[in-house]
Amino acid sequence: MKRLKTVGFYPSFDRSGEPTLDTHYCPGCGHGILHKLITEALVERGIQDRTIIVNPIGCAVFGYYYWDAGNIGAAHGRAQAVATALTRLLPHAIVLCYQGDGDLGAIGFNCTLQAAARGERFATFFVNNASYGMTGGQMAPTTLLGQVTSTTPHGRSAENDGYPLHICEILNQLQAPVYIERCSLADTPRIMKARRAIHKALDLQIEDKGYAFVEFLSPCPTNWATDAVGANQFILETLEKEFPLGCLRDRSSDAHPRPLPPSRPSLNEYFGTSEASDNILSDPNAPEVRFKFAGFGGQGILSLGMVAAEAGRLAGRNTTWFPFYGPEQRGGAAACSVVISGRPIGSPVVDHPDILVCMNRYSYDRFADSVAPGGLILCDTLETINVPPPHQVRRVDVPATELAGQSGAVKAANTVMLAALAWLRVAGLSSAGFLTALESSFKRKPALIPLNRRIFETALEWCKTHLAPPISSPA
Amino acid sequence: MIRFVKGNEAVVIGALYAGCDAFFGYPITPASEISHAASEWFPAVGRVFLQAESETAAINMVYGAAAAGKKAMTASSSPGVSLMQEALSYMAGAELPGVVVNIQRAGPGLGNIFPEQADYNQSVKGGGHGNYHCFVLAPGNVQEMCDLTALAFELAFQYRNPAILLSDAVLGQMMETLHLPTSSPTPPDVRSWAVQGTPGTRSNLITSIYLNAPTLEERNRTLQKKYAEAQKEARAETDRTDDAEVILAAYGISSRIARSAVDRLRQHGVRAGLFRPLTLFPFPQKALLHATSQRPLAVIELSNGQFYEDLRLQIGPNAGPVTLINRMGGMLFSVEEVVERVLSFLKKRAGNAK
Repeated sequence: MKRLKTVGFYPSFDRSGEPTLDTHYCPGCGHGILHKLITEALVERGIQDRTIIVNPIGCAVFGYYYWDAGNIGAAHGRAQAVATALTRLLPHAIVLCYQGDGDLGAIGFNCTLQAAARGERFATFFVNNASYGMTGGQMAPTTLLGQVTSTTPHGRSAENDGYPLHICEILNQLQAPVYIERCSLADTPRIMKARRAIHKALDLQIEDKGYAFVEFLSPCPTNWATDAVGANQFILETLEKEFPLGCLRDRSSDAHPRPLPPSRPSLNEYFGTSEASDNILSDPNAPEVRFKFAGFGGQGILSLGMVAAEAGRLAGRNTTWFPFYGPEQRGGAAACSVVISGRPIGSPVVDHPDILVCMNRYSYDRFADSVAPGGLILCDTLETINVPPPHQVRRVDVPATELAGQSGAVKAANTVMLAALAWLRVAGLSSAGFLTALESSFKRKPALIPLNRRIFETALEWCKTHLAPPISSPA
Repeated sequence: MIRFVKGNEAVVIGALYAGCDAFFGYPITPASEISHAASEWFPAVGRVFLQAESETAAINMVYGAAAAGKKAMTASSSPGVSLMQEALSYMAGAELPGVVVNIQRAGPGLGNIFPEQADYNQSVKGGGHGNYHCFVLAPGNVQEMCDLTALAFELAFQYRNPAILLSDAVLGQMMETLHLPTSSPTPPDVRSWAVQGTPGTRSNLITSIYLNAPTLEERNRTLQKKYAEAQKEARAETDRTDDAEVILAAYGISSRIARSAVDRLRQHGVRAGLFRPLTLFPFPQKALLHATSQRPLAVIELSNGQFYEDLRLQIGPNAGPVTLINRMGGMLFSVEEVVERVLSFLKKRAGNAK
């Protein structure tokens, strides 16, 4: 038998143990034509070395037997996600997705739509034969109304199965795609048009201009229960009525290649390599002190806990911080656990705190009874709490919100509470340590440092006149 | 350099220093801070960050990046990781390296956003279809969230196999001191298998389809051989097991609570010790047998005995008495609760002995 010479394929196909020149496609199938058009175009453009083809699930799963380029097989429907990663990570590569209607339009349609919406820099060749091929001729998203398939034995019904998807038209609603065209493989003039569309889609990739999508109405004589001539007739007379041919979009003259990436710092430049506080001597004999901070969302509870933990770290202790988190984005209750210890810390979750800081009445009611014997509860006087503290627990009231308000920053009530913790020498930590931790927490908003320092110092003064001295002075 | 960071943030720092080229993610509580930090830090140092349209897309992007020989990762929490199982099977089948971080939350179904360790079997036994395993690493603190992420990349590339960092909501959300890595490994040579759009890699093929059954059987045998070889990567930590009269076995957040319980039990005069696996696949069987040697074993886990059953399997017929101490549904045990349950286990044992 005389064979037409093709370029861009492997010299022989290693698909069944014995090298062969036969493809696995049925006589009259459109895949062979399309494979040939694509590989010829790769050779003509001289881009075989740079090209990566993402092979689909379906009849063309074995495309890699034939086309001599880089080949990757993707899971069903995921070619566009795979291609997205390739084009992002290999900007020099020419990336192609070759997919059928089930793969691209049913199981993988969201990946298709989203890649198109992002304007990923690859070309998609979409083979529409209105049925599932390899799996046995079942209904595809593009199956026509009334069309008999192995899962629509009485014809696709609108009532049960809905209507066929017009993929090109849907993608044409998106902003990013550069080029969208529907072609047909039903006769020679149409095949020549398809050839031009393939070249255009590839040129857009060579020029790095963006997302190109070409659909091909492709004959499937086997699943349409006809012969090669009958299949082409079906395309011309029926399929093209439902899926009109033509270029839906060509924005190639407005499209631009990706800008060159700017130079970026190294990791060590970005994260830094050392800080003075890296060299703090550890204090392995310090006892473990467990804190709970609680209040309303928005009172700065979580950051108060973080600053206390940082003060512990600056004193050479191990520290952990753990938030109580819930589904609320804003508001609601807020609480966090902090553990400061000379030894390695086990559980970061604090059930029985040695120190409970309450910024509202709700937190007091919720947690006061959980405080460990000998512990301390520090309360904001924002809401009156006129119940005696639990047995063996000391309570200290501080007008935190009021003092912060007098300084012009109600939101800094947490800074007042921090000063009170410093005054009480909790965990044996010094005022200076708390202040350093407070200032470093405003690293990103340095404008707020002077205000918070002032509030911290004012609050310390208040503690000095209104509170009894610390329970025990640090050694 | 030292930073006080969330476990979720430490993962991103570990990945960056491990040379991770790309992060593909889809947000979910309590793993979202990983995406947040990655979206800031990856582009800042010239790496790729992309929020995918779903967990399915995210893991298939990791597949694509891995096919190109690049280091890529994704991160999610239990329901999202369930969606990734298909692609993990494909990655194992195609022998592609990549890293998935699972900040486990409570299930089944939508469950809640609090900690659980109920994805143990899914992670350790394969999770998707087919005969395969992922490497499974179990960090126990913020430092290990960073260090074991880096180790996950190392193992993934050395063995060309996906790796899972199996963590939990507490470790992801808690803050602790992190010593940043100081250097990055040399990028691996992937030219013999990766598809990179270059002349040298043009004939490479990434696929997991083998229609010929004898070929696929051979392929499966090769994978099993690889997993057997990887056994030497098993790691565990033991704490005060030498003189112990009872061993507590736990990983992740449970191991922290168990360590506090060991402290407390010793204060009560009970010589307790801790066995903590750092790799759940491959499982550190030798270390376990050495640590337990027929002594009473209390398995502490936030799941329905998945870890307990595996430990019994690993110890085999010569096991001493074993008990399960567990919570589920997002509930944590307090240290006191674990201590009480270990004491009552030992008491019952003593009673039986009489």
